Amino acid sequence: MTSENASSVEITALGKYYNNFHALKNINLSIPAGKVTCLIGPSGSGKSTLLRCINFLEEYQEGAVEIDGQVIGLEAVGGRKMSARRLREMRRSIGMVFQQFNLWPHMTAQQNVAEALVQVQGLSKAEAARKAVAALEKVGLGDKTESFPNRLSGGQQQRVAIARAVAMEPKLMLFDEPTSALDPELVGEVLTVIKDLASEGMTMVIVTHEMGFAAHVADQVAFLEAGELVSCAPPAEIFRNPSDARIKAFLETYHARNQF
Amino acid sequence: MFSWSTIVENLPYLLQATRFTLLVSGLGMGLGLVMGMVLCVARLSPIRWISRIAALYVSFFRGVPLLVQLLLAYYFLPSIGIDIPPLWAAVCSIGLCAAAYIAEILRGALIAVPHGQAEAAAALGMHPFTIWKRILIPQALKISMPSLVNELIMLVKVSSLVSAVGIVELTRMSQSISAATFRPLEIYIAAAAIYLVINLALAGLGQALEKRLDY
Ligand SMILES: Nc1ncnc2c1ncn2[C@@H]1O[C@H](COP(=O)(O)OP(=O)(O)OP(=O)(O)O)[C@@H](O)[C@H]1O
Ligand SMILES: [Mg+2]
Repeated sequence: MTSENASSVEITALGKYYNNFHALKNINLSIPAGKVTCLIGPSGSGKSTLLRCINFLEEYQEGAVEIDGQVIGLEAVGGRKMSARRLREMRRSIGMVFQQFNLWPHMTAQQNVAEALVQVQGLSKAEAARKAVAALEKVGLGDKTESFPNRLSGGQQQRVAIARAVAMEPKLMLFDEPTSALDPELVGEVLTVIKDLASEGMTMVIVTHEMGFAAHVADQVAFLEAGELVSCAPPAEIFRNPSDARIKAFLETYHARNQF
Repeated sequence: MFSWSTIVENLPYLLQATRFTLLVSGLGMGLGLVMGMVLCVARLSPIRWISRIAALYVSFFRGVPLLVQLLLAYYFLPSIGIDIPPLWAAVCSIGLCAAAYIAEILRGALIAVPHGQAEAAAALGMHPFTIWKRILIPQALKISMPSLVNELIMLVKVSSLVSAVGIVELTRMSQSISAATFRPLEIYIAAAAIYLVINLALAGLGQALEKRLDY
């Protein structure tokens, strides 16, 4: 896959503070184009914060996140904030999927997907509607285009949210615990959709507590703890042969919790 | 004996006075809604002094009784050389006061829209103006509709206060006719019925709107 439809992300010396709280400490991470990177770690370790720095939903104070060599949010490394217009332009090619779906409840599935195609990409309503239906068909919801979110199951809502992001033809997809709000029996359908997208060669960053999924689809797994990036390595290494005691401890509690 | 004829004979006068009730409350609503939206945006403004002024405005107009505001407008404005007819003074007082309440209703509704709603739009690269127009305001309107209708009904009822500045609206007219005919029961029943019709119509309109905004 060429970098024409997949972005690479370079995170260097990234530092993030919530007031006085040091949420991310000197993060250095390369996210290669067309690859799947999973972020794992204990609750409160900063996974969401790191993910949200990538599209500048969270401002950072130190270092930089570069997407295809272009710093996001700042005019340059350590520089002033970039113009809101430039930021919006950069965000057009970054899709994001949230734990709580965040679908717009006053719009049908199709309208949810079409909205940004019209308002951001400037497509005609008819063109946007056609693209929206195609995107919904792709996530297996061709028969739900006219449904409002409150009439859809959690798994279906999350698939609409994925369609909404994918319809924009992003070069980078960010997922923040896409299955954590779902009933266990609905997790599979969403993971399947994400897996299919991954096989198309889009760059993906996925925060997840589904270790089996991470082991299966990730090209690399990054482990965070207390705002630090402890390790980033291929899944086989992280899961079978963790170099760091903190990763071992985390995986042990994870396995203990999932045995009964 | 209940006298229907008293009602029938005086109905034209009551209806004529109702015109002023409708005029004052209708214009007051219009002004209140427009001003209320402006105030709400001002209160949510990130610029400190703008939101402070809006907050002060709300405190004043909510904190001082409407009757006092009316009398202030009636006596104060002419004393500084602003000569407006009592009708306009009344409309302005009612509208400016309603604006304070409406602003707070709208602000509460906007705050009630979950943060993730705007965030999802911003992540797609949507312009803040579009986010307000397409995502936040439609949801806030639906949330605020019951309280807004409530506020407008209150407004029709407090419009009787404008009789204090010499406008003969429905309540004032009822008092005069009662005094002249010695038939207060009939007249006030008729007045109550007229208020009820107006407010039922408002409530119906609100419900229809709510239904249209439903999802
Ligand atoms: N808006 C905020 N203001 C202050 N502190 C915050 C804010 N958001 C997050 N934090 C803190 O930053 C730290 C990292 O939070 P973050 O949400 O990134 O963790 P996480 O790894 O995603 O956890 P989880 O698995 O529970 O989602 C936490 O200690 C959290 O309390
Ligand atoms: Mg999180």
